[in-house]
Amino acid sequence: MSIILDKVNYIYSPGTAYQVQALNDINLEIRDGQFIGVIGHTGSGKSTLIQHLNGLVKATSGNIYFNGEDIYAEDFDLKGLRTRVGLVFQYPEHQLFETTIFDDVCFGPKNQGLSKEKAGLRAFEALRSVGLSEEVYYHSPFELSGGQKRRVAIAGVLAMKPEVLILDEPTAGLDPAGRDEILRLLRELHRERGITVILVSHSMEDVADYVERIIVMNQGSVMLDDIPREVFLHYRELEAVGLAAPQVTYLMHELRERGLAVDTRATTLAEAKDTILKAFV
Amino acid sequence: MLRDITLGQYYPANSVIHRLDPRVKLLGTLLFIVSLFSFKGVTALALATIFLVTVIKVSKVPFKFMVKGLRAIVILMLITAFFNLFLTPGEALVSFWKFKITAPGIKNAVLMAIRLTYLILGTSIMTLTTTPNQLTAGLEMALRPLRKVGVPVHAVSMMMSIALRFIPILIEETDKIMKAQMARGADFESGNLIRKVKSMVPLLVPLFVAAFRRADDLAMAMEARCYHGGDGRTQLKPLRYQGRDRLAYLILFSYLAGVFLCRHFLPWPQG
Amino acid sequence: MGIIKARQLVHEYIRRDEEGNVESISTALDHLNLDVEQGQFIAVLGHNGSGKSTLAKHINALLTPTEGTLWVDGLDVSDEENVMTVRENAGMVFQNPDNQIIASVVEEDVAFGPENIGVPTDEIWDRVEQSLRTVGMLKYRTYSPNKLSGGQKQRVAIAGVLAMQPKCIVLDEPTAMLDPTGRRDVIRTALELNREKGVTIILITHYMEEVVEADRVFVMDEGKLVMQGTPREIFSRVEELKHYRLGVPQMTLLADELRRAGLPLAGGIMTREELVEELAKLRA
Repeated sequence: MSIILDKVNYIYSPGTAYQVQALNDINLEIRDGQFIGVIGHTGSGKSTLIQHLNGLVKATSGNIYFNGEDIYAEDFDLKGLRTRVGLVFQYPEHQLFETTIFDDVCFGPKNQGLSKEKAGLRAFEALRSVGLSEEVYYHSPFELSGGQKRRVAIAGVLAMKPEVLILDEPTAGLDPAGRDEILRLLRELHRERGITVILVSHSMEDVADYVERIIVMNQGSVMLDDIPREVFLHYRELEAVGLAAPQVTYLMHELRERGLAVDTRATTLAEAKDTILKAFV
Repeated sequence: MLRDITLGQYYPANSVIHRLDPRVKLLGTLLFIVSLFSFKGVTALALATIFLVTVIKVSKVPFKFMVKGLRAIVILMLITAFFNLFLTPGEALVSFWKFKITAPGIKNAVLMAIRLTYLILGTSIMTLTTTPNQLTAGLEMALRPLRKVGVPVHAVSMMMSIALRFIPILIEETDKIMKAQMARGADFESGNLIRKVKSMVPLLVPLFVAAFRRADDLAMAMEARCYHGGDGRTQLKPLRYQGRDRLAYLILFSYLAGVFLCRHFLPWPQG
Repeated sequence: MGIIKARQLVHEYIRRDEEGNVESISTALDHLNLDVEQGQFIAVLGHNGSGKSTLAKHINALLTPTEGTLWVDGLDVSDEENVMTVRENAGMVFQNPDNQIIASVVEEDVAFGPENIGVPTDEIWDRVEQSLRTVGMLKYRTYSPNKLSGGQKQRVAIAGVLAMQPKCIVLDEPTAMLDPTGRRDVIRTALELNREKGVTIILITHYMEEVVEADRVFVMDEGKLVMQGTPREIFSRVEELKHYRLGVPQMTLLADELRRAGLPLAGGIMTREELVEELAKLRA
């Protein structure tokens, strides 16, 4: 099971003066059960890319295969794809609309054609998994704090039981505690349920600690695609396109220059601590 | 598609038309529309065309950009042309079933299409070369006499300029919410009318909430910058007529006089 | 007296039901005392709901105290007559860049404040040009704000405040919605204003890295000022910060962990450079 992108191109407003090549010959394979970070600065094409993965935006040219099926084929169930590849947009709390939290989370499952009871069960399960306490389920979503609202919105997508979960900047605007909560929640979902998680971010620090693969987007193309430590070895190239490697990467290189025998491939705090301590033994 | 509407957008460029007093442009647009619906004869049409083309050329707004704005009204134009084509009485040139096409019908249809096109182009040249703020400043000045009868002219014009600033933002927001709900399986296209209306709820509620949130934030930001209504306010670009504005008025009225002269002395060749 | 002084400042949000009966009262500021000297760069930390934004809105007289007093440049904000002067002296930049730009052209937006306080036209032009130059946005003066990036919009918002020639600028999470490049530009602009023009800056933020260059840091929790000191002093109290649901800069955290593991590092390390120096010293 996987999503395969084959020479995908996307052009905004083709044939006009405003024509922009948003995606340029993208080839990717997203295998089942991976935890992937997509990084790039504003306008790098990362948001356009993820909207292709669930069929919201149709490629100008190229093919996308979901579990081996061509999603642009006549008989492919595109609406079904949108629920199998769940997409959580930036500031998802802005899409809440029902009078109660519970009803809002039921919206997705109901659109899938589930009965009221089944949708309700899904909603319960999803709300529990994002760690929201039961006493608020029948309150208005507008009474919640920013971080809580965001978790309700994520539950709204989870309730559709997607096989792949994509989140566009899920921590934007949250305080540090809220940020950690969301990232931990994603790690849990990935570990315990085995869903593929794709995290879009412009923060290297957020991503480095959690994901197993990083796709770096620049000007509509895939610039790097590898495990984090390999990606961050290219920190000079990342800088050149307005991205930075995690602080730890820089620290390791600077310590190396000062003659400390540290492993420059360390990217997380824990790895940094280990290798520095080793250097002092 | 919503992005294609150019009416009400500003196109920054450095031209005489951009620098004209908004009052000149407001009155000019009004007079141009009057001329469109009162001209008769090929000469007057040619005059209007020359006038319009010259203004567009001088304004430095790319013609392509303006034509994009026309797309939105193509349907309206077709309908009007259609009615004119088939419903004008006269001697039939071609006829089938209950319809007949007459020579005056063709003439009317073509004229109507031209008038509508010119109307849209003329109006958009005003909005494209005038910032919403200048436009509202112009309106505010023009409507100032109404203050005496209790019309809150400043408040109304401020509201208009803010609305214009937020239209593109709200359009983008609509697009985003729509996509987000589609990602949750919402279907905005299929079903009968009642279902369609119902399916708009997940779009409209968040849109209203967002609009109110923005309004709230904006009100606060305005207050924080000492906004307290129109009293004692000065202006960055106060409206003072310059030489070029007087000249523009002169050209404008000569044009109008020209159109009326043609109407009387060179009417459409009666066919 | 300093530029900002608060004594026993209280603010309560009162929620009423449809009949107007009090449904609940939440205390956003709880007998807060605070002093800021002219020309300081102050960073305010605190998790969501700690009262930071409520405090910011008092400094700009957008909210008035329920109890206690707040003086901005010696003027009591509770006094109706002072409101306009206070707002002129203490400008404010908000979180959402889109929701604070009023005009459809950059220079017209920057002019909005001076227009409101009745600055003569010629002087408005001067102020607009100067302000846009200071924030590095002069070449965008005729642009539509919709064509700018988030960071650029925030710098326009700062220019809009600057054009009113305030003594103090409060920035309420100005970088929360920006990407790293935008964030860096906005913080650099704020620092320059402080260092070069002597404008007092009060920066409310969640990002610990933005705090490092401040003169003083205030930490708020439940409407109270619970910690204050230089960044170095504050960040050497890692456990206390965690208790208030706050982080510390990554390098501080790493230094802390290394210290616990037995490396004799000095306290209060905040930046990468400092950590490298310390470790190199230790090695030698």
